[in-house]
Amino acid sequence: MSGTNDAYDPKQVAALTPEALAQAVEDAERAFAQAADLEELAAVKPAHLGDRSPLLTARREIGALPPKARAEAGKRLNSSRTAVQSAFDQRRAALGVERDSRTLREEAVDVTLPWDRVPVGARHPITALCERIADVFVAMGYEVAEGPELEAEWFNFDALNFPKDHPARTMQDSFYVAPEGSGMVLRTHTSPVQIRALLERELPVYVVCPGRTFRTDALDATHTPVFHQIEGLAVDKGITMAHLKGTLDAFARAMFGDTSRIRLRPSFFPFTEPSAEPDVWFPEKKGGPGWVEWGGCGMVNPNVLRACGIDPDVYSGFAFGMGIERTLMFRNGIADMRDMVEGDVRFTRAFGMEA
Amino acid sequence: MRVPVSWLRDHVALPEGSATPTVAQIADAFVRAGLEVEAVHQLGPVSGPLVVGRVLEIEELTGFAKPIRYCLVDDDESAPRGVICGATNFAVGDLVVLARPGTVLPGDFAIAARTAYGRTSDGMICSAAELRLGDDHTGIIVLTADAAVPGDSAVEVLGLDDAVIELAITPDRGYCLSARGLARELAIAFDVDYVDPGLREVPQTHAAAWPVRIEDERGCHRFLVRQVSGLDPAAESPWWMRRRLQLAGMRPISLAVDVTNYVMLELGQPMHAFDATKLDGDLVVRRAAEGEKLTTLDGVCRELDPDDMVICDSTGPVSLAAVMGGESTEIGPQTTSLLLEAAIWDPASVARAARRHKLPSEAARRFERGVDPALPPVAAELAATLLTRYGGGEILSGRTDVGARSGQLSVVMPIDLPDRVAGRTYARGATVHRLSQIGCAVQVGGADATTTVTVAPPSWRPDLTQPADLVEEVLRLEGYDTIPSELPPAPPGRGLTATQRRRRTISRALAGAGYVEVLPSPFVSASTWDAFGLPEGDPRRHTVALLNPLESDRDQLATTLLPGLLEALIRNVARGQREVALYGMAQVVQPHANAAAMPDPGVLGRPSDAEVAALIGALPGQPLHVGTVLAGQWERSGWWGPGRPVTWADAVQAARLVGHAAGVELAVRAVAMPPWHPGRCAQLQVDGQPVGFAGELHPAVVDALGLPPRTCAMELDLDGLPLTDRHPAPVVSPYPPVLQDVALVVDATVPAAELTATLRRGAGELLEDVRLFDVYTGDQIGAGKRSLAFALRFRAPDRTLTAAEATAARDAAVTAAIQTHHATLRS
Repeated sequence: MSGTNDAYDPKQVAALTPEALAQAVEDAERAFAQAADLEELAAVKPAHLGDRSPLLTARREIGALPPKARAEAGKRLNSSRTAVQSAFDQRRAALGVERDSRTLREEAVDVTLPWDRVPVGARHPITALCERIADVFVAMGYEVAEGPELEAEWFNFDALNFPKDHPARTMQDSFYVAPEGSGMVLRTHTSPVQIRALLERELPVYVVCPGRTFRTDALDATHTPVFHQIEGLAVDKGITMAHLKGTLDAFARAMFGDTSRIRLRPSFFPFTEPSAEPDVWFPEKKGGPGWVEWGGCGMVNPNVLRACGIDPDVYSGFAFGMGIERTLMFRNGIADMRDMVEGDVRFTRAFGMEA
Repeated sequence: MRVPVSWLRDHVALPEGSATPTVAQIADAFVRAGLEVEAVHQLGPVSGPLVVGRVLEIEELTGFAKPIRYCLVDDDESAPRGVICGATNFAVGDLVVLARPGTVLPGDFAIAARTAYGRTSDGMICSAAELRLGDDHTGIIVLTADAAVPGDSAVEVLGLDDAVIELAITPDRGYCLSARGLARELAIAFDVDYVDPGLREVPQTHAAAWPVRIEDERGCHRFLVRQVSGLDPAAESPWWMRRRLQLAGMRPISLAVDVTNYVMLELGQPMHAFDATKLDGDLVVRRAAEGEKLTTLDGVCRELDPDDMVICDSTGPVSLAAVMGGESTEIGPQTTSLLLEAAIWDPASVARAARRHKLPSEAARRFERGVDPALPPVAAELAATLLTRYGGGEILSGRTDVGARSGQLSVVMPIDLPDRVAGRTYARGATVHRLSQIGCAVQVGGADATTTVTVAPPSWRPDLTQPADLVEEVLRLEGYDTIPSELPPAPPGRGLTATQRRRRTISRALAGAGYVEVLPSPFVSASTWDAFGLPEGDPRRHTVALLNPLESDRDQLATTLLPGLLEALIRNVARGQREVALYGMAQVVQPHANAAAMPDPGVLGRPSDAEVAALIGALPGQPLHVGTVLAGQWERSGWWGPGRPVTWADAVQAARLVGHAAGVELAVRAVAMPPWHPGRCAQLQVDGQPVGFAGELHPAVVDALGLPPRTCAMELDLDGLPLTDRHPAPVVSPYPPVLQDVALVVDATVPAAELTATLRRGAGELLEDVRLFDVYTGDQIGAGKRSLAFALRFRAPDRTLTAAEATAARDAAVTAAIQTHHATLRS
């Protein structure tokens, strides 16, 4: 090392010459570039940025320069050092990205592997459709009413204007319960809930009643002794058959799309007068759009209102009812009623959480 | 009701020629009038030479397994035709229907000359069934002598271009169970003339035909008899009548029977014919006496019920009114003198009798729906006329007609009521016009004589008793398609109730957790309770029984969902599913111990609150239950590693899941309860009250029902879970927690839930959470003991907790466990 010499010519200090510094920078850049990974980079780092690196060694020579030359040499040295450090940082960043992406590549898996480790559940389409229909009517201001399945004959027949011994009563194919003359029956329709609603609620009454119903039909492709209905009832001042038609039209549109609608055929039910059977226009009908029979309806028979203590000269009402199984069969193309009854998980899983 | 269109045309002046409506248009008109068309049967088609022939010679061929005839038939061709025939119900000289070779019968049945039984059959003699005129295969068609001449086209003679319309008649339209009633509806639909065959005049007579006394006028409203004598017992019904009966679905039997059936189909009046010579003394119409018996036409000796209406002579009952005649007065092959009965019976009495004796009949069906009380004289006259026309003899001059006829009440109605019910305005005069069309006598009255109508319904419409009934007539005849469509003013609704929302939440939670919903059957066999191992007196054995089950051994209503759920599980396993997890929600029927009798409050007005309460109170309890059943692996094995079979713990967890969805924490307690494994059954409680059970099923139950091993099940009474609403919000502390673990050794009999509760109680308010993370049994802690390791998380709501505070709380928890359960701290 040279001693302090104010008259010293910087060109005489070889390590600080621009050429030497440039050479050091170039050597460092080459070494860093040649490092294949972070380990090699770390290995070559001391030679170019460590205490014994040419630039650090050159810094110690600065004192040997005359004072007026020191500033310039220091500036030159610093910029060289910055260049080397920057080359190192860039190389380390690049190698870091390279390493990370290699790791991620190595950690890749087959994401198409199945994960059927835990069971997948599903809701029965009957339940889902009942809820969906109820929601359509709740949105129109209706409430959902319910009642028991083993019902008093008074609710299931008498109050609904089925005279005792009348063929309309026997046509219902009821399940009767012991003892003979118990006055109870497994409800043959959801209509007894109408009576309960009219006795329990304040007028006006707008309700829908979904539920399980029973008739003595042996199970086959188109019949089941246990099935589901949804019943609607509106009793208010000034209710007309036009209101019935409008409500069913709205229901049909909600269920089957904007082109759907209802037509009414005259029919007979003891608890409605006039009575009708609705056909619904079903655009997706098998074999082309067409009418499908869809339950029964009519204006509440004044005798029913009287049995509930409602003055038929002041109030009127309409009622309608549909089979849920039947609706599902044509709507979802179910060919065999038994599929909805037997509880085969392959059938129900196909519907997921909705119908 | 099946009716040939040609029969209706007898009464309705439908346009002829090109303007005549098609069968489809006629069927459509019925539908629009409210008569459901179940089917339209077009006769034929027949093509080719189907002709009338006369049998000239019959040669009986012998040596075959059945009688075979070789016949020579004159069909107006140059030479008689030789035809083989297997029927024997005809004789030389009879007119028959001959299909010459080249004829194609219904069903693409082509006739050709063929060799059979050693002869050449040059055509075929046809039966009614082969022509689809009926299902009578027993013989060939024999036409009446005046029906045609050989060579005539049989298609015309037989009316094979006709169609039969099959209608389902609703109970209010009894009058449409006749050609008379259907023709009226058709005439209104096409707005054409109609001559009512039920309003024909009958000859006046003041003499009686037979002494008759009605002793029960509630059961019999009218009883009319007319007598015919000198009949030829061998006389047969004319071909046209037999054809109509067959097309209507009835079998021709004899002239007397056919005529009464024909009159019933034509007019709607069921009739009965007695052999007059077998009747002894006055006829009495009354209820049967206790213990009386009657042998009916079908040869069955029937014990009569005191509610049965019977017709008696001096020997006792000779006919079960409106249901079936008696054997002793039956018409036989020697009968020449008939007493014709046309009566009007109380509909409800007939309905009960037909049901009681399990004898539904065409007659009972009509009486149950109400028969026009004006018909008996017309019907008896038509029957007597037909009998004498085709059977010879004479109608005796007397007619006996007894009974108390009550007039039908008139109905007064605002003239615009149909408009107000329909929600539209009808043309002026529509109400009067339409009501007159159906046969009502209508008088306009009220203010200005324009505001009300007084309507006297016709005798055949007993269903028209109130204004609403008349409104329906106007609306249906004006057309339901003319009623507009509009929505009623929407009321403000309150949405679903908390119970309804909860049910949906529970359903979604179970489905989301991996359970598949099924709809369990409500019908159970008593043997199920034995398979479940339920002791005598178990409340689940206390069921409601069905009187008329579809399957005689499944005659009880389920008190629990498990039988239905397990049935579905077994079906799935049988179909190859190994991993099955099912849930179901449904009402169960649990009778009260001392149920009150069901009251009958009547329907004339609103029942009192007490009466409504009594009605509802007499019904069994019907709580809504939810249940799950599961078998096989809960977690399946796969590329990730081994699977895990379902355990009792999954069933208990399903119960906890339901509780969570309902916002209710269920307490778990060990119990022994069949059908569960006595050591693996949890009772679920809310506020100390049991609401259900969960666990693994008893191995004996698994064996008895053929279930997969280790099947598990859960059932909860949802009505037993309190409703939760507006949950209070918790305080969520932002300060850091202090975690401490503790392992306690206790007797193996100490339930984990109790030890956990003790720790919670002992630790006090700083304890945020306690979690059991390990259970150990083994040599290190000795027999009959187990070690339970808990992670305790302490946190203060308002400050950072110090370790010392947390340790103090933990020590308090451990002290409580030591004191309560003799626990020791495991080092």
